[in-house]
Amino acid sequence: MIKVKINGQEQSWDGDPDLPLLWFLRDEAGLTGTKFGCGQALCGACTVIVDKEAVRSCITSINDVAGREVTTIEGLHPDGDHPVQKAWRQVNVPQCGFCQAGQIMQAAALLMDNPKPSHDQIREAMSGNICRCGCYQRIENAVHLASTGV
Amino acid sequence: MNFIDNPGKLRGFEKNIKVEKVSRRSILKGLGITGGFVLAAPVMTRQAFAYETGAGKMPHGVVVDPRVFVAVAPDGTVTILAHRSEMGTGVRTSLPLIVAEEMEADWSKVKVEQAHGDEVKFGNQDTDGSRSTRHYLIPMRQIGASARTMLEQAAAKRWNVPATEVKAVNHEVVHSASGRKLGFGELAADAAKESVPAIEGLKLKDPKDFRYLGKGQVSIVDLHDITTGKARYGADVRLPGMKYAVIARPPVTGGKLTSFDPDAALKVPGVEKVMKVQGWPWPSKFQPLGGVAVIARNTGAAIKGRDALKLVWDDGANGKYDSVAYRKDLEEASRKPGLVVRQEGDADAALKTAAKVVVGEYYLPHLAHVSMEPPVAVADVKGDKAEIWAPVQSPGGTREDVAKTLGIPEGNVTVNVTLLGGGFGRKSKCDFALEAALLSKELGVPVKVQWTREDDLHHDFLHTVSVERIEAGLDKDGKVIAWRHRSVAPTIASTFAAGANHAASFELGMGLVDMPFEIANISCENPEAAAFTRIGWFRSVSNIPRAFAVQSMVGEIANATGRDQKETLLALIGSPRIVKPNVKDLWNYGEPYDSYPIDTARLRKVVELVAEKGEWGRTVPKGHGLGIAVHRSFVSYIATIVEVAVDEKGKLTVPRVDTAIDCGTYVNPERIASQIEGAAIMGLSLAKYGEISFKNGKVEQKNFDGFQVVRIDEAPLVTNVHIVPPGPDTPPSGVGEPGVPPFAPALMNAIFAATGKRIRALPIGKQLEA
Repeated sequence: MIKVKINGQEQSWDGDPDLPLLWFLRDEAGLTGTKFGCGQALCGACTVIVDKEAVRSCITSINDVAGREVTTIEGLHPDGDHPVQKAWRQVNVPQCGFCQAGQIMQAAALLMDNPKPSHDQIREAMSGNICRCGCYQRIENAVHLASTGV
Repeated sequence: MNFIDNPGKLRGFEKNIKVEKVSRRSILKGLGITGGFVLAAPVMTRQAFAYETGAGKMPHGVVVDPRVFVAVAPDGTVTILAHRSEMGTGVRTSLPLIVAEEMEADWSKVKVEQAHGDEVKFGNQDTDGSRSTRHYLIPMRQIGASARTMLEQAAAKRWNVPATEVKAVNHEVVHSASGRKLGFGELAADAAKESVPAIEGLKLKDPKDFRYLGKGQVSIVDLHDITTGKARYGADVRLPGMKYAVIARPPVTGGKLTSFDPDAALKVPGVEKVMKVQGWPWPSKFQPLGGVAVIARNTGAAIKGRDALKLVWDDGANGKYDSVAYRKDLEEASRKPGLVVRQEGDADAALKTAAKVVVGEYYLPHLAHVSMEPPVAVADVKGDKAEIWAPVQSPGGTREDVAKTLGIPEGNVTVNVTLLGGGFGRKSKCDFALEAALLSKELGVPVKVQWTREDDLHHDFLHTVSVERIEAGLDKDGKVIAWRHRSVAPTIASTFAAGANHAASFELGMGLVDMPFEIANISCENPEAAAFTRIGWFRSVSNIPRAFAVQSMVGEIANATGRDQKETLLALIGSPRIVKPNVKDLWNYGEPYDSYPIDTARLRKVVELVAEKGEWGRTVPKGHGLGIAVHRSFVSYIATIVEVAVDEKGKLTVPRVDTAIDCGTYVNPERIASQIEGAAIMGLSLAKYGEISFKNGKVEQKNFDGFQVVRIDEAPLVTNVHIVPPGPDTPPSGVGEPGVPPFAPALMNAIFAATGKRIRALPIGKQLEA
């Protein structure tokens, strides 16, 4: 039996320990905010925070996070008012929105690690997250805004 | 009999294309239905509006009925239906916003609800062709005005005063003479009893009184849900008892399953069943390709099970498709005369006598859509009833196709439209929903079919692959006197009809025969090209290769004559005029030519605007270059200036992009800007990396490592969007697609300015590396 804390709640799994965390979250735990985009850690749509680090849940097995704390977009802030989320809304970042949960989680992890990232640091940290709609200019602006106070 | 299947989905298919085995979506079917006014365009008298659109010619036309689209609750909440699909353009906000504007609803008290697929009830729902605002600005205003009028009539009756004395203002109706006011909620029940006013008599708001339209102050309705993970896309639908499926499909288009061994797959924990999926022979429009489905308790198990399947395929006739060889075939075809599709003067003779001939042969490979949400659908089929949840651009077409595929009446099919995690034309094809329907029917439980990214790349309806060859003849003064453009590319028609080897008229009309330059001798030709995979619409469609070739050629002519790119471009566009190409049945994005002509004054204006705002001619650092391009598509006019920087190693960056767009009357300039910013990214992606290639009939790229797209660290540092203010009666035109085509040629012209290298084949790849 694998136990993992997701958004503060203890969850358990006694199925395939190799099951990617992504599918546990989406299909077993019903937390569909985390998205499937590539399955190979190439696009970042599935980004969640494990302890204090951004990870790609599509290549992280449920076993890899046993006993650890997973935060998904649903658990980032009780009212959805994390500075990154607020900045995202203020800058009107999303177009289709599908990649944005992963982008927001990546940005939140960046700011935990580096509260005042430079232009280049933002671009580097966010470069694993693809947005096919091309919201990059606004993503960068929103991360900057979140780091300077929304 | 020749027939059109669905002019909406086919985007202007001509009647000369024979599409077998596909029943006609009758335009007439939608007429005379109870419960609404079903109108053909023009939707209002010419006195009221100075233009007509092609909206009425779409399948099921336009429905203008407030009772269908608007509900007012006693608490004052106004619910407005969005009947077009949201894939990132903002349409789910923009169209309801038009209704709210005109009915004087307070946007903070408006709820938007997504309509299911029912074109008889709602009118055409094909969200493609950059058409939504263009076709629905007036109908949505009329719906809003009707609802407002009904509320006003109800108030006037309540107060026993003439209706002319009352006025709806921001969610209330007021009688200024007596100072009385009633909220929309208080009037809801009475207003519902009012008869729907005649459209001809409706009084629309004066645009100077607009609170929302044209202002750009309203965020998209899904913004909060998107940023909190609550927004529901196709993949997010969960039903009790639902099973998860992935499908192994024939690796070669038109291939078939020979045999399969499910044993290893069935041993994977969580896998419950392995079963064959029905496929249709190629070409088969949007019908599934068939294959083997793995059914599991979650998607992860289904994928792992599929990996364990042993499969033997018969690749069939397309197993020889090879992109290297095919490119040579296209190039050869482009060097010989082809079907003449536009002719003015005598280009052959003028090219022979020209002082100089500039020749450019441009190659653009297949592209995949790769919307961030891969295709996915949920179906629940019980007996002769089916319910679908899917991110589809064409809910009406999906409903029809599900009904046909299952052999049940269309009325028994409900299509719920979720948010689309990107569409770009891929989700105009409902094959993934049909797969889910077939599996649910067989299993008797709800089924979700999830495509992986590999599935998405291997079984897309790809953007065509093309060679565009242009020969421009110049006289001794450098004036272009002859233009021959041969466009060779497999056609989208090939996905519908075997043996379709020439471009459909809608493809010809995207940048080939509608070429706007003032040149005495013009020949546009379309040599044959056979298709060996599924070809479909990709955002901007044929405009991508055509604008690439035409606007790159402008740069080449500028270089050949030693003149400035922008001046060369304006000289080619020529005098302000309405262009009348000598083309039989010119396809004009489905719009009447009187309302939406090719107007070179507007084309010149966007060039001049972008040159001014984008500081054309500014001094740039060493290794930098400026390039410009302009293109009319989806009846909008767009010009782009790209500044590129190329370092000693050939690495390119884009410090700045400026784009000017004239899309006529518009609703939400903030979303126009976001579309154009995104178009620059998509343009840069296809220029730098865009290539799907085939070997032995199979797509070589597997995921985002093989088919790369631009990431944030490569994105332009600045993208400025300059919107041309519309004239009072300028019809609205497209926004979603027109931003893409001018980007890549502007970039190529900039690279030439920076390096002296002329890139004629995309993607750029390593071509700039020394």
